[in-house]
Amino acid sequence: MGKPSDLVQGTLDLLILKTLLLEAMHGWAIAKRIQQLSGDVLQVQQGSLYPALHRLEQQGWIKARWAESETGRQAKFYSLTTAGRAQLDKETANWNRLSSAINLIVSEAG
Amino acid sequence: MRWHHQLRMKLLMLFRRGHASALLDDEIRDHLERQIVENRAAGMSADEARYAALRTFGNPALLRDQARATWSWSVLESVMRDMRVAARTLVRTPGFTVIAILVMALGIGANIALFTVVRSVLLKPLPFRDPDRLVALREGDSHNKNFQDFLPVDAGSFNEWQLATRNRAEMAMVSPWQDYNVSGEGGKLPERVRGAWCSWNFFSVLGVTPALGRNFTEQDDSPNAAAAVILSNATWMRRYNGDPAIIGKTIWLNARPYTVIGVMSPSFVFSSSFGGNNLQIWTPVRHEAPPWLLTTFADHEFIVVAHLLHGTTLPMVLDQLNALQKHIQRSQTSGSVHDRAMGRSMLDDAVETYKTPLYAMLAVTACVLLIACMNVAGLLAARSAARRKELAIRTALGGGRWRLMCERLIESLLLSAAGGLLGLLLAWVGLQLLVHARADMNRIEAIRFDSVVASFTIAVIAFSAIFSGVIAALNTGGRDILSALQEASRTHSEGIARIGVRRLLLTLQVGLTVVLLVGASLLLKSYQRLRSSDIGVPVDNVLTMKLNLPLIRYKKPVQQVAFFEQLINQVRTIPGVQAAGLVSTAPGEGWNGDQLMSVTEHPPMPPKEMPDIQVRGADPGYFAAIQLPLLRGRVFTSDERLERANVALVNQTAARILFGMEDPIGKHLKTQFGETYQIIGLVGDTRWDVSLPPGPTLYWPIYGNGYSSGTIIVRSTNHVEALALPVQRVVAQLDSDLPVADVMTLRQAIRKSIVDSEFDSLLVLSFAMIALVLAAAGLYGVLAYMVTQRTTEIGIRIALGAGRNQVLQLVLADGLRPALIGLLLGLAGSFATVHYIESILYQTKALDPAVFAEVAALLLAVAALACMLPAWRASRLDPMQALRTE
Repeated sequence: MGKPSDLVQGTLDLLILKTLLLEAMHGWAIAKRIQQLSGDVLQVQQGSLYPALHRLEQQGWIKARWAESETGRQAKFYSLTTAGRAQLDKETANWNRLSSAINLIVSEAG
Repeated sequence: MRWHHQLRMKLLMLFRRGHASALLDDEIRDHLERQIVENRAAGMSADEARYAALRTFGNPALLRDQARATWSWSVLESVMRDMRVAARTLVRTPGFTVIAILVMALGIGANIALFTVVRSVLLKPLPFRDPDRLVALREGDSHNKNFQDFLPVDAGSFNEWQLATRNRAEMAMVSPWQDYNVSGEGGKLPERVRGAWCSWNFFSVLGVTPALGRNFTEQDDSPNAAAAVILSNATWMRRYNGDPAIIGKTIWLNARPYTVIGVMSPSFVFSSSFGGNNLQIWTPVRHEAPPWLLTTFADHEFIVVAHLLHGTTLPMVLDQLNALQKHIQRSQTSGSVHDRAMGRSMLDDAVETYKTPLYAMLAVTACVLLIACMNVAGLLAARSAARRKELAIRTALGGGRWRLMCERLIESLLLSAAGGLLGLLLAWVGLQLLVHARADMNRIEAIRFDSVVASFTIAVIAFSAIFSGVIAALNTGGRDILSALQEASRTHSEGIARIGVRRLLLTLQVGLTVVLLVGASLLLKSYQRLRSSDIGVPVDNVLTMKLNLPLIRYKKPVQQVAFFEQLINQVRTIPGVQAAGLVSTAPGEGWNGDQLMSVTEHPPMPPKEMPDIQVRGADPGYFAAIQLPLLRGRVFTSDERLERANVALVNQTAARILFGMEDPIGKHLKTQFGETYQIIGLVGDTRWDVSLPPGPTLYWPIYGNGYSSGTIIVRSTNHVEALALPVQRVVAQLDSDLPVADVMTLRQAIRKSIVDSEFDSLLVLSFAMIALVLAAAGLYGVLAYMVTQRTTEIGIRIALGAGRNQVLQLVLADGLRPALIGLLLGLAGSFATVHYIESILYQTKALDPAVFAEVAALLLAVAALACMLPAWRASRLDPMQALRTE
């Protein structure tokens, strides 16, 4: 079972933002989507999504709205804000820079 | 857009926090249910599905808290929660809470009150234009033995000063001791009012203008001008019902018509070291004063105020005036010309005498606050010691140490805040009482709460909260959770180590208390000396009242004498009057006037060396009525009056100064104005001010010698106050338009002049007593707690054969040790600090060994008393019971 600490620090935010780029989703769906897209490699401890989602909402990167879900119950749907899109671009660029740098070091050493 | 979103979130989180919290719960529940449904679909049983869902999710309660922690205001939220917890804890122990709040309220209230007084009276600028450029100028006399500094100024010097410094300062003079009779008009009674003569520019120098009407002009300020008067606001409101139509109306002062040209604003109060804060009317000096007084250098009747122009400083002006004054002294032949000019800011001039007592008092209240904080800290520490196990369990369960510390701080913050609010109320009540009791005090009218006092209050509350909270928290320790949890019972001797901080606090508390007690005892001793100091005559059952004959109706001396004689004869016939007399000013009721005198029979001496003798007028019956002993010679006869009034009695001090060992009777004295008096008698000394040694005094007949005012003194065997009305009725029968003023007994008059001392000593004494009670309570509390802690140990000791007395001694020694150390500390502290109040002590040395000894004895007695009960209880322990309390 993966713990949040298995994720590279700060990448959970990036994953959430990326996941929400296409459509608004509720928490459970976000967890599932991250799991699926990563080919079950990244198993986020599902609960730790919520502190992250609430933090992103407080910061204004994402916004939330209550709407009827596919099960017919009310669920909280998160979607990106304009600022969130910009933030996603920034964090993606950051991530690319960081991962290629690490790649460089790791392949060199290998 | 983002800030807009963030702001919305912030507001939402602040005002809809409960709602958001419910939504978060819904969100998490929804998530779990979806997972459970999925797990069921994968073929798990209901229970299995639920556990698996929880496993993948994590601890919902913790995650909810973490999510909430990301919300805005979460710090505020946790503080609020701590406050609720603390408030609930405090409410659960009402006895403790009430005592702690009261102790805090006393400490904080006293400080707020004193700070308000110090700020309003000593620090706040005077409510005039350019208050920091306003100075009070006086004269000094390096030759006078009794009075050297800040003496009144003569008009002659003032004129020269004004002329010489006209490019540097605007100067005005005022004579604030000129009383007027206001005639009864329109059904009102006649009345004596406090008045001041002032130069026309007096108000403009201060930068104030009348609220109603106009200021004096240069034209008003001349002998031939129409008589004009400006009223104080209080007089206008009281006597003239605040009628604006008073401007231009005529009122009668000393039986002469005056036009009211202005009314001052309610906020205008003029204060100086010579009084003035009770002035009711102002008149232009050059219209009022006799012409000779306006040019003489020998009669000092004025105080000078000056507004320094830009670029001028007080030392510059004083240098110039000092040189000028030396020059004046050389050019004048009169011996009573002063040789120095002195000055200080108008504010200092008004409040100089209050500085020492007020700052001393502020130090006292600060000590009381420290003691109060230590007491509350001690109480908090005792409480948390009792809750040690609870706290240890909470720490073991993961309660953050910081959170526990916060709780302690918030508890003491709540106590301090409640105490502070109550203290604010106490301070307000105290200040109201002060303002009523001390109307005589300069700038008392400036006392009010303002924003600075509010900030001070908040600062004091914060200080008390942090001080007592931190001490209590440090005392709780909490590093050794394990031992606290393992500690099987309360019997551990560790209780004693733990009590170390409280014992240290107690020592300091006792030390501060000792300092306060020493200060209070010194002030009290000084006050008692002052109270019992002998003014030279028996003071009980003597009534005094003043009257002033208007010269316009009593033009000739013979009319004045006739009135006085008729009056005093009628007063003597009032039933209950044992004796009555007339004197210009009664003993203990102030300065009356003085002249330089020389003995005709002695070789002539230069004016500077002539002795300065106080002069009083008296009628033949005065000496018997006031019971002033006649030591030699005789008193006046009834025909020694008017032209034949050139006889005098001297007191012992005057006889010694003028004649040494010679017999004064039959000798002659010559005044600086050239009149000669024959000495016919020698009387005992009296004091003009109860706190000052008797001065050389001469009495001459009040029937003649230019007296148009005087003091009636009436002696009775008892209840002399009851004679006030009959005497006033006699005055009214003789002249219905003649007011009587300052009706009071001699005892009251003396009390009035020592009210400062009385006030200071009683206030400091009450603070010291509060401190003593707090220290005793602290001592008792710590010892009682220690005895409970050591019940088993003591039980074992007794079971093993320790004598009851041994136990008693053991516990007593435990309690008395901090008291003894504190006492020594306190005595040392007093030794180092008492010299600050030396200047306000009367005939009492600051390092009075008797006072120190008394305080030490009192403190030890109280400490022993406070320790006795717990010690006695310990020695009476039943060992069986003590061992069973396990």
